[in-house]
Amino acid sequence: METLLQQLINGLVQGSIYALVALGYTLVYGIMGLINFAHGEVVMIGALVALSVTGALTAAGLPLWLAGALGIAVAILTCMALGWSLERIAYRPLRHAPRLTPLITAIGMSIVLQNLAMMLWGRNYMQFPALFPKAAFSVGGAHFTAVQIIMVLTSAAMMIGLAFLVYRTRLGMAMRATAQNSQVAGLMGVNIDRVVAAAFVIGSALAAVAGVMVGAYYEIAHYQMGFMLGLKAFTAAVLGGIGNLGGAMAGGILLGLIEALGAGYIGDLTGGFLGSHYQDIFAFIVLIAVLVFRPAGLFGEKTGERA
Amino acid sequence: MTKLTPLAVAMTAVLALGACGKKEDPKPGPAAGAAPALTVKIGHVGPMTGPQAHLGKDNENGARLAIESLNAKKLTIGGTAVTFELLAEDDQADAKQGPIVAQKLVDAKVAGVIGHLNSSTTIPASKVYADAGVPQISGSATNPQYTDQGFKTAFRVMANDVQQGKALGEFAAKKGYKSIALIDDRSAYGKGLAAEFQKSVEAAGLKLVATEYTTDKATDFKAILTNIKSKKPDLVFFAGMDPQGAPMVKQMKELGLTARFMGGDGVCTTDFPKNAGEAAEGHICSLPGKPLEKLAGGPAFRERFKQRFSADIQLYAPYVYDATMVMAEAMKRANSVEPAKYLPEIGKTRHEGVTAVIEFDTKGDLKDSAISFYEYKGGKLVYLETLGAPIASAPASEKK
Repeated sequence: METLLQQLINGLVQGSIYALVALGYTLVYGIMGLINFAHGEVVMIGALVALSVTGALTAAGLPLWLAGALGIAVAILTCMALGWSLERIAYRPLRHAPRLTPLITAIGMSIVLQNLAMMLWGRNYMQFPALFPKAAFSVGGAHFTAVQIIMVLTSAAMMIGLAFLVYRTRLGMAMRATAQNSQVAGLMGVNIDRVVAAAFVIGSALAAVAGVMVGAYYEIAHYQMGFMLGLKAFTAAVLGGIGNLGGAMAGGILLGLIEALGAGYIGDLTGGFLGSHYQDIFAFIVLIAVLVFRPAGLFGEKTGERA
Repeated sequence: MTKLTPLAVAMTAVLALGACGKKEDPKPGPAAGAAPALTVKIGHVGPMTGPQAHLGKDNENGARLAIESLNAKKLTIGGTAVTFELLAEDDQADAKQGPIVAQKLVDAKVAGVIGHLNSSTTIPASKVYADAGVPQISGSATNPQYTDQGFKTAFRVMANDVQQGKALGEFAAKKGYKSIALIDDRSAYGKGLAAEFQKSVEAAGLKLVATEYTTDKATDFKAILTNIKSKKPDLVFFAGMDPQGAPMVKQMKELGLTARFMGGDGVCTTDFPKNAGEAAEGHICSLPGKPLEKLAGGPAFRERFKQRFSADIQLYAPYVYDATMVMAEAMKRANSVEPAKYLPEIGKTRHEGVTAVIEFDTKGDLKDSAISFYEYKGGKLVYLETLGAPIASAPASEKK
């Protein structure tokens, strides 16, 4: 029982990270139909910038909480600028190109950013400062830490904030209009360039927050940390129905839970025939099963020409 | 012919440029004025990008240091002054890249290859070198399969996983651990080490209560650790590398899993305690050979490395340094840099290296299979003891 509870906590925490990163994918996809494969790298840049700034400021004598807060702020601003530049330099010129072209560009940008980070920060694993209190709790034999609670709460707050932005503000209305039909939205007076840029900037800000949290959670940062995370988050977005905000959240949390429970019980269920090395396969089997029965994902809408 | 010459010149220029680009800092070229100079290309391969890039760079630095000190000695082989040149390549620790990079080096006509770092890349690459007759000495590939293939060109200067896994299991039994959980990263190294460790602990009558798997790219181990915790082992053995090991011990602590953590050479790095922090305390790892501090040239080598690269040795650099020296010595003894001529000499090596007295058996494995154990105390590796062939007896009992 305590093992099950612990696995549920593990899955929830892991899932809330996936969900936060998945939001960035889904926001951009929903508006442009573009899978921004460089999104995982924006997460990584966010973590590394926060690490460097926090490190420099604590070395200059600032207390950790202040240095950490400034580090997060700088990371968010850097990532917003990066997201804007990515869109401006790499994607905007290709907006009317065939669908495959921006996709390949996105993969290219992912490689460029990874190598850039490798040149700037080096190849070594770096210790990420412990930004959050170290308190640990135990309920019914299951252990969890303050960082984990902060992560889940921050993810939830970010998701609610984003949902508010998309469904309750003028910018959100413009985003939804662009998503439905960018040409018609443009004719109605929506500035498409600004809406798309805003989607990238907001998605990148979320990525920066995700990066800082992943860094603070594992207390380790590396120029490749965003790659696998990006792939998993993309899977989560597809699972929930890419382009759909609620779907990204649900997909992320679901994927986290499937992975934790899969790794936890697959061995016992199959009598040791399949072990925890089938953890990822288990997650992908669920993904395939969902896509077979609901090709647009769990919560995906039938968007006809888009999806 | 008239067309070929400019083309050849251009290609040479491009090659030279490429080689320059890979150098850390431009070094002055071969001593000017030495009449008939010969440049001997030595290949080095390790992951320069990807999660294990820090170890790859460390290896390359080991080879570079050896090459630089060889060049400083101004060796003469076969009557000509030779300058060694390092062709450093990146295999991304990817088994598919291993043979591709190997072919590239063979095409560049290297005299020999130092590497690769990972067993998963070394094994597929070794066939390419064997087919081309290029001698290969790895400083860190420990999977037994590497030398089991029967290639005359394959050597290593580190005890293999059979020797290490066996010693690790014996050590666990000696320390009185009863129930053991095993985590395998499914790489060629992890699989091999885990299998040998399992054999060894089972032979010693210890109980294996859980076997879990991860990958060499994972960062979250909570799910498998939670499982392990429910089986209540007193020792968790991890067959993998430090990018996974460091977060793993942290997560063990967070989950309240109090078992001792133990691993092989892959988690015996300077990065491990740095990234695991307090969680590294009390954990055990092993390294082939004797500790640097216990060997004659050890501390001096550590100092020299630090001065040259302003970085601490991560892990395998001294082994790679030895591998390079062994290759150069064989060339000197054979009085030739032709692979076919100096290859037989490698097998006859008796080299007082930084890491061990290096002698090869008929397969190309190290004869001296001493394995040393360390514990992390106060963020530092503290030497515990050495199991296996004691180094002192090796020089006396082994024939030339």
